[in-house]
Amino acid sequence: MTGTSLKFTPRQIPAYLLALLLVVSLLAPVLPLQDPLLMDTAARFAGPSAAHLFGQDEFGRDILVRLIFALRNSLIVAFAAAILAGFIGTALGVLAGYSRGLTEMLAMRIIDIVLCFPPLLLAMLAVTLYGPGPVTLIPVLAIVFVPSFTRVAHASVLSVRSQDYVEAVRSMGASNARVMFSTILPNIAGPLIVQFSFTVAVTVVLESGLSFLGLGVLPPAPSLGLMIGTGRATLAQAPMLLVWPCAALTAMILILNAFCDDLRDRLDPKFSKIRGQ
Amino acid sequence: MFWFLRRGIASLIMLWVIVTLVFMSIHFVPGDPVELLLSQDGGSADPATVQMIREDLGLNRPIVEQYVEKLKGLASFDLGRSMVDDSSVSAEIARRLPRTLELIGLAALISLVIGIPAGIYAALHTGKSFDRAASYVAGFAQGIPVFVLGTLLILVFSQMLKLTPAGGFVAFSQAPGKHMLLLLMPSLSIGIGLAAIVFRITRASTLEVLPLDYVRTARAKGLGDRRIVLHHILRNALIPVITIFALQIGSLLGGTVLVEYVFNWPGLSGMLVSGVNARDYPTVTGVILVISALFIGLNFLVDVLYGLTDPRVRK
Repeated sequence: MTGTSLKFTPRQIPAYLLALLLVVSLLAPVLPLQDPLLMDTAARFAGPSAAHLFGQDEFGRDILVRLIFALRNSLIVAFAAAILAGFIGTALGVLAGYSRGLTEMLAMRIIDIVLCFPPLLLAMLAVTLYGPGPVTLIPVLAIVFVPSFTRVAHASVLSVRSQDYVEAVRSMGASNARVMFSTILPNIAGPLIVQFSFTVAVTVVLESGLSFLGLGVLPPAPSLGLMIGTGRATLAQAPMLLVWPCAALTAMILILNAFCDDLRDRLDPKFSKIRGQ
Repeated sequence: MFWFLRRGIASLIMLWVIVTLVFMSIHFVPGDPVELLLSQDGGSADPATVQMIREDLGLNRPIVEQYVEKLKGLASFDLGRSMVDDSSVSAEIARRLPRTLELIGLAALISLVIGIPAGIYAALHTGKSFDRAASYVAGFAQGIPVFVLGTLLILVFSQMLKLTPAGGFVAFSQAPGKHMLLLLMPSLSIGIGLAAIVFRITRASTLEVLPLDYVRTARAKGLGDRRIVLHHILRNALIPVITIFALQIGSLLGGTVLVEYVFNWPGLSGMLVSGVNARDYPTVTGVILVISALFIGLNFLVDVLYGLTDPRVRK
């Protein structure tokens, strides 16, 4: 993270690709792209052309544009869920690690309960009760990932709470809230940022799985999982309808994973020691 | 023995918590749960129907009474009746559960058979071409979602090469060969991703064990490579593999849900997905309870295995 990292190395490739992905998804609505929902029934299953580089789908919609907007939707859902989970989970973990005693016991037991459920099933239970759609999707995915943030925050707080600098701030008369959030929190930010990046990556996978089952993002909104799900029906006549979203989803996940691994090596001293390279 | 009992009791408590939570979940929903379940077509529900379903689900009785009733039902493996066709949820689950277990079992087997030897071989030859190639393949296999891998397997092996059917199910008693062929594709879809994880952990833990004194002693004693790997390295390197396996059980079960759907494998997943779509509350909670129980049961099994491999855990 110093001046030397400005030099280009192959390890930075995932970071650049991720930046490109984020910029394109962020700017998608203002880029000169066709409407992802615009149908052209005369050109159903049309092959690649100058106007439609990746061809058109079963309703004549532009596949490339739909892929871009689907990536955007995936990332919006993943970031929203990860931010929500990060806030709740970190607050719970810092509180538990700092105050110990009953608060700690309660917080950690609540977490254990959420962990009793396989994530996908918890999400499916929620969809049964509240119906599919983004309003259900984001809070549910957030709940699923609160425990991992709480555990990381809790463990990190335990390791720094008795350090001298924390004692020093406390003995100067700082309030508990101040000690927790302006002294301890910045010092445990590394592992939490790593956890955040992993959560985004895992949420993308989980969301695509739910959408694939038709329980996540709802049609006609473009979603990679949904595109793969509907592409299966036209497997024989238009295999590319299936191949493109599969490739886009896998590429996005691989980029996110590579970025996470690299970030962990840089920010989490525990792991860089194990790797020892 | 005490260690074993304590783990068992902890598992039972977890099961009770899940049952209670799933039971409560219908009461957490703001507004009337039955009206919500019926309102999917947009219009408001017919009051008479609402009343009927409330009585069917026992929602008009006091909550404590419902809870006791539910626990009693569970004790005799009665999970209620489907809201769609009034069939017994337990009977349907009993019919489908073995097919899901079969899938999980073969997937786990595939992952261990590929992951452990590859991991040890890569660790013994670090930096060589096999190690590097395998690490890239593992990174890819770990990243690709199970349903994407399954879909691509269908595209390549069924659609393009016409080697296998695109999914479906035949009873083992009718056509054993076809049954195994149909089972193989979904198991591979789950097993390959899992194998990547097993590979990475086996490799890393073997690398940690390799420089230790007892390995050097064994070598100094003049033991052959084969014996050192099997008796000294493998047993110690396997402990983290078991731990990781336990952590992966949740995603293994989730993956099973998706893969069964991809391959039209009539296990618990199809029942769950159609249950969620129809908002068939008893079916969904029944399947979720059974899968969660499976989750807890497998975790318990892993703990026992852990204790057997590493006596230090049994305290």
